[in-house]
This record gives sequence, C-alpha cells and structure tokens, in this order.
Amino acid sequence: MKTKNLIALEGNQAIALAMKQINPDVVAAYPITPQTEIVQVFSEYVANGEVHTEFVTVESEHSALSACIGASAAGARTMTATSSQGLALMWEMLYIASGARLPIVMTVVNRALSSPINIHCDHSDAMGARDSGWVQLWSETAQEAYDNLIQAIRIAESVNLPVMVNMDGFITSHAEEVIEPLDDEEVKHFVGEYRPLRSLLDIEHPFTVGPLALQDSYFEFKRSQAEAYKRVIPVLKRVADEFSKITGRKYDLFETYNLDDAEIGLVVLNSTAGTAKEVIDVLRGEGKKVGLLKPRLFRPLPVEELREALSKLKVIGVMDRADTFGGFGGPLFTDIRSILYDVPNRPIVTDYIYGLGGRDVTTEQIFKVFENLENIYNTGKVESLVSYVGVRE
Amino acid sequence: MPVNIKELSRKEDRLTGGHRLCAGCGAPIAVRQILLAIDKPVVAANATGCLEVATTIYPYTAWKIPWIHSAFENAASTISGLEAAYQSLKRQGKITEDIAFIAFGGDGGTYDIGFQALSGAMERNHKILYICYDNEAYMNTGIQRSSATPLGAWTTTTPAGKVRPGKLGKKKDIVASVAEQGAVYVAQASISNFRDLIEKVRKAVSMDGATFINVLSPCPRGWRTDTSETVNIARLAVETCFWPLYEVEDGRWRINYIPRQKLPITEYLKPQGRFAHLFRPENAQLLEEIQKEVDAKWELLQKKAQLFQ
Repeated sequence: MKTKNLIALEGNQAIALAMKQINPDVVAAYPITPQTEIVQVFSEYVANGEVHTEFVTVESEHSALSACIGASAAGARTMTATSSQGLALMWEMLYIASGARLPIVMTVVNRALSSPINIHCDHSDAMGARDSGWVQLWSETAQEAYDNLIQAIRIAESVNLPVMVNMDGFITSHAEEVIEPLDDEEVKHFVGEYRPLRSLLDIEHPFTVGPLALQDSYFEFKRSQAEAYKRVIPVLKRVADEFSKITGRKYDLFETYNLDDAEIGLVVLNSTAGTAKEVIDVLRGEGKKVGLLKPRLFRPLPVEELREALSKLKVIGVMDRADTFGGFGGPLFTDIRSILYDVPNRPIVTDYIYGLGGRDVTTEQIFKVFENLENIYNTGKVESLVSYVGVRE
Repeated sequence: MPVNIKELSRKEDRLTGGHRLCAGCGAPIAVRQILLAIDKPVVAANATGCLEVATTIYPYTAWKIPWIHSAFENAASTISGLEAAYQSLKRQGKITEDIAFIAFGGDGGTYDIGFQALSGAMERNHKILYICYDNEAYMNTGIQRSSATPLGAWTTTTPAGKVRPGKLGKKKDIVASVAEQGAVYVAQASISNFRDLIEKVRKAVSMDGATFINVLSPCPRGWRTDTSETVNIARLAVETCFWPLYEVEDGRWRINYIPRQKLPITEYLKPQGRFAHLFRPENAQLLEEIQKEVDAKWELLQKKAQLFQ
C-alpha cells in the first residue's frame, strides 16, 4: 500500500474533485443551494483546462438533464449535479433518461422540497425520484460520496442505467472532512474509456431514439427495463471489489454496524448513520444488543440481501428523512416492512420520521428512538407504527 | 451558390415517405426541403408534436439520419447536449466528421413551452440550427391556440362565439425576439418559397453559432383548408406580407422578398375556414384591424431593413 494522501475537503469539493478525475466528456448543470459549489469548483477546472469536458451552463435543471440526455445519446460520458427543486424540475426528464437507457451520473445533494422553501437537508428530493428508474446510491460521508461517484460511472455504463449519488445537503456537502482521494491516474484507469453501445454521432449507422411506442410495444419496453435492474447488484459488487483492491475501502449493498448479534436494529440513510453509530457504541457499552443497517443501494432495492440481514432482529426502527403525505410512513419504512412480510417470526418494524428541512439530528433523539424500540422489544406492544422525532407537536 | 432543382431532385430524401403525417401537412415539406439543403451529415432532435409522433411510430422510423426525441419543451436543450458531446469528442480527436445539428419544433414547442430552452441555447451559442415549423396552434392535441396563433383565428380553445371572435391578441413575434437577443442568424421562411428556404438553411448551417429559422407550415386540419392548397396558402401568406421573408444576420435586418403587388390580407384569410367568421358583418372591424396590423409590421420591417442598406 502506498502512503496515504489525506486532504481536508468539503463534501461538494470532494464531488467536484471526483468529477475532475473522472473527466467526463460533457457536464450540463445549473446552480442550486446546496449543490452550487460543485458547479463552481468544476467551472474552475474547466477554466484552467484541467478537464476535457464540454461544460454546458444551462438555463434550468430541466435543460441540464435534457442536455445530458442529448449528450449521453451522442455517446458522451455525461454528468450533472443538483438538489431539491432542481431535481423536482428534472422529474420529467429522469424517466426519459432511464427509459432511453442512458448511463448519466448525477450527484444529488439532498435538500428539502418546498413549500415552505427551505435550503437544508432532508431526503424528500431523492425519495420523490425513487421510482424514476435511476439507480440510487447513498453516502454517509464525503469520502463515501467521492467513492460512490467514481464507482457510479462504472455501474451506470455496465448496465446502461442512470445513477444518482446522494449526500446530505450542508451536513456533508459543506462540512470539511479529511478524505483520501485516489490519484488522477488511478481514477482514469478505474473508470476506463467509455465505449457506448451506440451513438447518435455514428452517422454511418443512424437510429431513432425516443420513438412513439403505443399499446403494442410500450409495455415490452418497460418490462425489459425492469429486467435491467437485476443486473445492478452483481455489477455493483464486482465494481466494489475492484475498488477495494486499489483503495482498501470496502463497499457493499449496505453497511452493517454491530448487527450480527443484535436484537434491535436501526435502518437509516446517509449522515445520520454516523450519529447512530455513536449512540450504538454507548448502548453496546451498557450491554444492549443494538445494531445498525445503513443502505448504500436503495434503488434497485436489494430485497433478498436486506431480508437476510434484517430477518433475525426482533424489533427494527426505520428512520426516514422524508414523509409520504397521506401514505403509510416514510418511503424507507414501507420498503423495509414489506421486505420482511414473508419472514417467519418477522420483526416488528416501526418508523421514525426525523430531521425534515435540516432539523438537527441529535444523539438524544436517537437514544429516544432506541428507548422506544426497547420498550416495544420488552412489551411486544407498539404505540404508534409511524411517529415523528425532534419536532414540536 | 444558386439552388439547382435538378441537382436537388437527385439527392436522397432523408425523411422517407410512409410516415403518418396528414395529407397536405406542411411540416414534412419543410423538413425535406431543409434536409435537401444540407450536404453534410445531419443529427436531429425533435420536440414532441405532430412531426415527432407521426414519423417514429415504433418499430418504424421515417428518419434516415440519427434522430432523438426526448420531450416537448426541450428540443433546444437536447440538441445543445448533442452538440456539446460533438465538440468534446472532436476536441479529443474521437470524431472527425463535420456534422450539422438541427432541432425541429412546432410553434407550441418553440413559442410557448420550449421558449426558455430556445433562448438558453441561442444565448450559449451552440453551433445548431433550430427550425420552428409554425402551423399556428397545437395541432397534435387537436387545434388549441398557442402564442403563434394569429389575431382572430378560430381554434378549439379560441372558438368564434357570440361574444368572442376567435383568438384575442396578436401572434408573438418570435423571430424578432430571437434576433434581438443576439443570435448570429435568424430568418423567416415559407415552404412556398423553397429556394429562399434552402438558401437560408445553407447559410444557417455555415454559421459558427446558434441559428433559428421560422418556417410557415400550413395545417389543413387546423386551418380548415383543402389539402391540395397547402403551398398556395403559404404563398398567399407571403404575398400579403402576413409572412414576410426576411433574415437577421449579425443584427442586420434584410428583406429577402418584396411582393410585386402586396395583396390584401383577405386574400390569405378567405380560403381558410379558421377565419370564416371574420367575414361576418359584425367582425368587419376586426378584419380591418388585422390588415392594419399586417401593414404596420411590414412597414416596420422595411424601416429596420433600410437601416442596414
């Protein structure tokens, strides 16, 4: 192993650095808090000739993703980044990117959706896009976001699907963290040369992208698209293996923390997992059998693997940083609970909606969640399947 | 280079027959003329609309060129991305061909829902040609008014009723809008004057930047005209100066065609069912207003052109 090259970077800077090292053919992006710094830092790389990227400074996020779709269909390695309202404005084009099987890679710096307007972290933006056909990777730290973005290129191009890498707005995007980046050459070698299956610039072989598919063909298009997601899990594992060989950093479908012998488990995405680990350390010190599962791949949902990892628990608390208004708890909760339906002696699964609009997530809140879960464990009684944490009621 | 019709007739059509556009539709006439005008390879993006749906019903396609449709409001952004990919790959030596990038959009996809994307692409000055085939309403959804619908026209959302005589308000002047924002080349053309259209397309694709051509493209279904009259109707639009042929190159306005005898606007309106109600006695004033509007715009255009003589 070579000596470690450690540098202090904010999450957004780490993402911009990864983009520079990936050196995509085209980036089309529009500024939005808290993603803006990614665009700014990347602009400097462009201005200084450090990338060969054609950087399209579009007039909206809708046009950002539209331009990415055009570029990707033209056989270019294509990236973008956004947050919140920007992702919402892209919504129409998200489905078109995945339906056209274009391996665009996008960082989503997670931020709450209006209204009321709020610039801080929650996951309502990406959760609103969870059925759009984008592969979703989630990141606890700037290091993970950086590593995920580099791996996302390989995953996207192997399965011809767009990939979204999520990291928490401000908490991760604006906090300085010591990270260990790869060398430029290592990234270049890892992502390799992009060889698209087809390109609209191949003028000798013209073809039509985005035809009108009616009652007799649309369903087959969608059915074959659904099949493509089955390839994501093996590809992700293979890419993670290769990545760990050069970095020593191991990635999988999810990370577990003290889960093997745990009876009470917590499932939580992104930066809150770090806070939860602190709490788990304290509770473990008190002899409590508590553990954590932090999904990395949320779409496609690794159903079998999550079931295997969670089925032996007695009580599971899911923490959702997004609500489904009028629905049955947060999006992560409904998925996890559904996965465990067929398990004999299935665990009790409850939901804790927390941290909306950047509400600070404290260890006290997570201690309370565990207290509640322990209560359920002891009594077998659930007062409320879905509850809200850290809010004035 | 003069337009030689014999030579053009020997060129391969890059939009083939067998598509499902209506008989008498102006759009495929425009597209075929435009593609004939260009000698180099063309890659096209198409906004949602008649032209898109009727030419690419899976598993068929009428396009013999690389072609993409992604959505309604974003043909300009999609072609921007294609052109950006081209610039990047060319710079890296991965592609060597000289390719023309063309976006096609109807008036709904251009004047209305795609106006922002069009403005953005023009301002960024991608090396593209954006073609609006203007049939003056949302024809694909069934003849609803757009901001390209002219004053007084009947559409299904501006019906001629007891208190409203068709569309209230004037047609948006998109050519002036795009020209005034500084696009390197902007022009207005008509399928009836194919030599003019072809010359404009050739000029546009030779420019080093974003160009826009607005092409009048009659719609027999929406205009309530005979399918055999499409080109004649377009010609009457030109001869009445309802649809002057002009261009704006680097901010310099030039009229490309001055009718020998400017015909009264009624000559253009009369054969079209969408204007039939204007000929009722109670709408005489509106008819006069339309003539005045055409005259005023023609006069203004001539003054603009005089500035650069």
